[in-house]
Amino acid sequence: MTVLQVIFLITAVVTLGGAVLVVTVRNLIHAALWLILTLFGVAVMYGLLSATFFTVIQVVIYIGAIAILMIFAIMLTRRVKQEAGSSVNKGWWLAGLMSLVLFTALVWMFSTWSGFQTTLPVMPANVDMVKVLGTALVSPNGYVIPFEIASVLLLAALIGAVVVAWERKS
Amino acid sequence: MLNDWIFIGIFLLLAPIFPALALLIPRLIAPRKPNPLKTETYECGIETYGETWVQFKVQYYIFALVFLIFDIEIVFLFPWAVAFDQLSMFAVLEGVLFIMILVAGLFYIWRKGVLEWV
Amino acid sequence: MSDPVNSIAEWLRMILSSWGLSEGLITVILGVLGVVILASFVLIVDIMLVWIERKIVARFQDRFGPNRVGPYGVLQPIADVIKLLIKEDIMPNGADKFIFNIAPIIALAAVLLLWAVVPLAPTIIGADINVAVLYVVAIGSLGTLAIIMAGWASNNKYALLGAFRTVALLIAYEVPMIIALLVPVLLARSMGMQTIVAAQSTWYIFVVPLAAVILFISSIAELGRTPFDISEAESEIVAGFHIEYTGMKFGLFYAGELLHALTVSALISTLFLGGWRGPFVDQVPILGPVYLFIKSFFVYYLIMWIRYSFPRVRIDQMLGFNWKFLTPLALCLLIVVAILDKLLVGTSQAVYVLVMLGANLMIVWATVLILRKYARVERKRIGEERPVAVPPDTESSELVGQE
Repeated sequence: MTVLQVIFLITAVVTLGGAVLVVTVRNLIHAALWLILTLFGVAVMYGLLSATFFTVIQVVIYIGAIAILMIFAIMLTRRVKQEAGSSVNKGWWLAGLMSLVLFTALVWMFSTWSGFQTTLPVMPANVDMVKVLGTALVSPNGYVIPFEIASVLLLAALIGAVVVAWERKS
Repeated sequence: MLNDWIFIGIFLLLAPIFPALALLIPRLIAPRKPNPLKTETYECGIETYGETWVQFKVQYYIFALVFLIFDIEIVFLFPWAVAFDQLSMFAVLEGVLFIMILVAGLFYIWRKGVLEWV
Repeated sequence: MSDPVNSIAEWLRMILSSWGLSEGLITVILGVLGVVILASFVLIVDIMLVWIERKIVARFQDRFGPNRVGPYGVLQPIADVIKLLIKEDIMPNGADKFIFNIAPIIALAAVLLLWAVVPLAPTIIGADINVAVLYVVAIGSLGTLAIIMAGWASNNKYALLGAFRTVALLIAYEVPMIIALLVPVLLARSMGMQTIVAAQSTWYIFVVPLAAVILFISSIAELGRTPFDISEAESEIVAGFHIEYTGMKFGLFYAGELLHALTVSALISTLFLGGWRGPFVDQVPILGPVYLFIKSFFVYYLIMWIRYSFPRVRIDQMLGFNWKFLTPLALCLLIVVAILDKLLVGTSQAVYVLVMLGANLMIVWATVLILRKYARVERKRIGEERPVAVPPDTESSELVGQE
């Protein structure tokens, strides 16, 4: 049991525990804070996979922007501090059965996947992965079309959000 | 490289301990005599009126959204900037095109009046 | 003995490995030691900052400042700390206990974490990661989270309103800040702090001064200092998000704010003023932190100067300034720097610096022209004749006097 495995197990427990608490806790703001802990756990996972750029990006975008956006959205709703009533509805046994089926199917599919046995390509030692990513993002043989389409997608998101959320002051 | 991230991991675990120690000392030596008048919420000298959770303007949400879009845009530009040496002029212009599309979006919402805070 | 930190680290490593400990454990032990020493050093400087801040604000306001406790009031911070420690810790009714308690801890811890990536000398740095600039932005967003937690957990209308206005301001000014951070990354071709300092044979403030100015203005807004201190405006929001915090918890917020100012000054000095660069620093690395702190205190003095000279700006003016002026300016600067950098490949250093500097000054000049035209239009719109009260004419006032 190497140290990396121990760290991975602790991070996995924290992430999954946080995710479970997000959906079961009654107070909305507490749910948002548990979500932030879960996102932080995912960031640590990226770090364990040596994708350090994505560790910081996860914190910057998910925790620094999206979580704050969610908290603002929660604040916009009035008097919905606590969800009253039972957390499960009448059809809970059906939902539980379907989740179990899905889980079993996924476990079986992953156990027969050959990807776990393939060896990863060896990276040369002193390569800065961010440089490689940068070159790939804008090279015509690389991902330049998705790069530009991403900007159009962001523009569409911006305009769409303004159309949906903004009300003109008359 | 891994050594550096181990340092940051240790720092992440130890950094909250310093302020926590600073909070532990008052717990030992400071007086604790709560009475109902002291623990009342502050509202400029009068009793609190109404719910604490007032409803917010939608403007907060709009600003957070605009910030999110621009944050993602700039994060896309970081690898582009780091790999600058290996890029041709064409690749630089692609990055500039990326920025200009979002500047057009900023201009649109500016003219539409979304950026007013009233 | 020119590099005591690394020599001591090597000596400790030898001793620990002679005791038979494994390589990984030695790294962890040395890491813990490094963290404790760095954090303690930073916190001691933080305590001294209380005295520096109060003395300098006093001089700006033509008075003495603390001069009773110790010679020239040097022991004043210790008196302050003792006072904060023995004050009662009042938890308001209905406050969310756990979040109320962790918010100040996260606020100070976030500022401490920033010091892990500041390069103190060519060979002394906490963690020389290759994504240090984005790490700085990430830790900044953790600080923003602490403010939301503090405002929400206080169960107080004013704290909530103050916290959300502060957060709206902070996230707004992150956009030009990140763009201004992108400019040195582009010039140095790397996000690692040591690489950026090593690439500054001419300091970047002479190459792209406009980026330094934009980063400076955005950082002042991020710190919540005047002219952007809407979060602590006593006359408007009665101390904002930390209204219900007493004693040492408030002390942590206050100390965190001061330390954040010094940290931001250190980062600006690293990215634009050449960090640990100075005469003889390659032979005697221990001079590195000295140069860095001289430059950081200079920038910190500028921040204080602006704080004690400017009035407060309204929240809608602050946000308008950010989205309608700083962000387009920063994006325009980024585009110009990127295109010019590619066009100037292969030219000598002097030509490069002069052309970049010239381009920056031209952008400033164009901005000033546009602002003057806009100001002329605004002035004409506001300066129209408005009905004013006419003073009473002299005959009737004589009649009144005769009474």
